[in-house]
Amino acid sequence: MKFVVAVKQVPDTAEVRIDHEKGTLIRDGVPSILNPFDTYALEEALRWRDSLGGTVTVITMGPPQAEAVLTEAISMGADEGILLTDRAFAGSDTRATSQAIAEAVRKVGAVDVVFCGKQAIDGDTAQTGPGVAASLDWPQVTFVGRVREMTEEHVICERYVENGVQVLDTRLPAVLTILKDANTPRVPSLRGKMKARTFKPVLWSAADLGLSPEETGLSGSPTRVVTTATPEARHGGEIHRGTPEELAVIMADLLLGKEARS
Amino acid sequence: MTGRLEIIREKCVGCGACLRSCPVDALSIVEKKAVVSDACNLCGMCIKSCPVDAIVLHHVTGGGAGLEGYSGIMVAVELRDGRPDRSTLELLGEARRLSGGARRVTALLICAEPGDIPSELTRYGADRVLAAVHPGLEHYLTEPFTAVLAAAIRADKPEIVLAAATTQGRDLMPRVAKTLETGLTADCTELRIDPDTNQLMQTRPAFGGNIMATIVCDRTRPQMSTVRPGVMKRLEPDDSRRVLVERLPVDDGMVAGRSTLLEFIPSVGNEIDLTESEVIVSGGRGMKGPENYGMLHELAELLGGSVGASRAAVDSGWIPYPRQVGQTGKTVQPRKYIAVGISGAVQHRVGMQSSDEIFAVNRDPDAPVFTFANHGFVGDLFEVIPALINEIKRRRG
Repeated sequence: MKFVVAVKQVPDTAEVRIDHEKGTLIRDGVPSILNPFDTYALEEALRWRDSLGGTVTVITMGPPQAEAVLTEAISMGADEGILLTDRAFAGSDTRATSQAIAEAVRKVGAVDVVFCGKQAIDGDTAQTGPGVAASLDWPQVTFVGRVREMTEEHVICERYVENGVQVLDTRLPAVLTILKDANTPRVPSLRGKMKARTFKPVLWSAADLGLSPEETGLSGSPTRVVTTATPEARHGGEIHRGTPEELAVIMADLLLGKEARS
Repeated sequence: MTGRLEIIREKCVGCGACLRSCPVDALSIVEKKAVVSDACNLCGMCIKSCPVDAIVLHHVTGGGAGLEGYSGIMVAVELRDGRPDRSTLELLGEARRLSGGARRVTALLICAEPGDIPSELTRYGADRVLAAVHPGLEHYLTEPFTAVLAAAIRADKPEIVLAAATTQGRDLMPRVAKTLETGLTADCTELRIDPDTNQLMQTRPAFGGNIMATIVCDRTRPQMSTVRPGVMKRLEPDDSRRVLVERLPVDDGMVAGRSTLLEFIPSVGNEIDLTESEVIVSGGRGMKGPENYGMLHELAELLGGSVGASRAAVDSGWIPYPRQVGQTGKTVQPRKYIAVGISGAVQHRVGMQSSDEIFAVNRDPDAPVFTFANHGFVGDLFEVIPALINEIKRRRG
């Protein structure tokens, strides 16, 4: 079977520093990483390839240096990597990004399943997976905590929702977005690392995908960010010390508020 | 003008009426469905010719053209166990506040059996309930709900569409937004309408809550947002409001989809979801083992909240992943967050720093958590938490 994993290179949000005056991110020196949620999508694709046979193609959209996340995926065992890179993609929102990835999936051809992470840690939108599915007019299963069964015709997924688990039987081809619950990602193998050393991604531009300038980047993006601000920086409040009982009294006062302190 | 002609495949019956109407031979029938080629000049003749309304013209750019004729606010109702979810009532309150009385608030109810739900939606702020009722709409499924919401938007042309940023809203809305080729802003925590431009200003946290971004959708309509549950305020129910229900026609084709629900396994226990909790008691590495979470559950129960955890505790297998708060877990925003035996590494912090009030109990006075907690307590959690439980019980008699 033919599997695609859509991944994203993101700044490590745990390392992001803030320019509080300008209300912007200081990106200099912040390491770029493979979106942590995407590692579960990749692992899931690799497992199903290993059990059913086939190939795993990893696709990302980004600047030339985004090649690094494809290389990482290759070292984990992916077969091929495609980098969608073009100045025309700059400023893409989730609509424009979804469309570009969907066109790439079409160009790869005969794909059975597209795996995505639940969301990216920088934007946190969780919109690109469903957007890709809508562009392809494929069914989607989001927030997948477990893929139970897969054949060439269908997939049975457990979709984790607020009050339980939906067990869904979905016809393929389909787009799945995978939660951390689904698996534990493997570490790169020696063979994978060797392969990664000589890996060169396939490069596709907007024109290669048949996308017009109106559909890509800023023009293809109905939303745009008008301002950014930093939430008020949190400062530590009072630090209480004392016996456990003394601390318990202070905490209860603060936690229970108006409730009577009899 | 630029744009895109869409054939709604679920609706197209392959009759070929559009082929005859097309002046530039851009349409053909492939596998019993109409398809459009690049020759299309977007004249729109086919739209009128289609007997089943399966053709739509999307204006991708060209500001203004796509904006006219849209009015009002639509709230996509989410049902849980057959009743409107709390988040829906919050959205109705927010929609009324946004409307300022000048915009009609429509609740779109997608269900198999409306019962008295329309009157509840009205009490909480809906001016009108648009009910899409069909036996195939008993459970949430992506494709049928997408078809219905998209049809409701096409028919009703709301300026703004809101849904909760739940697993349902975050599944449904991106698919609908892409289908309609309009913009969607995820997980908003603040909405307002700019009085000069009439644009919806959608504010949301990004980069792990480090940045608040304000986003507009200024060239297409509707403007769509998912809204974080627990942030907006619901209204006091008003029984005097008149219930106005209209039906949105739903045909069998709309409820057809490629996913089938085999079963629904409800969560055990009555505890509410972490992201919807007003109080969260979270345990970290300092808990030392799974056997010690009992006291956190007891405390959470006393405070009407839920139990969360840091990644260290989840990775140690002490508590399941759905309770993980932080960069690779959930982002939460409760009224009160109580961090117990959590050092406060930035990966945890980004998931909870938007909480209204943060409490921290830690033995180590130098733990980073004390640099951002509102109330710090230096002490042994194995003594402080039982003492706190006793104190709360004592006060409540």
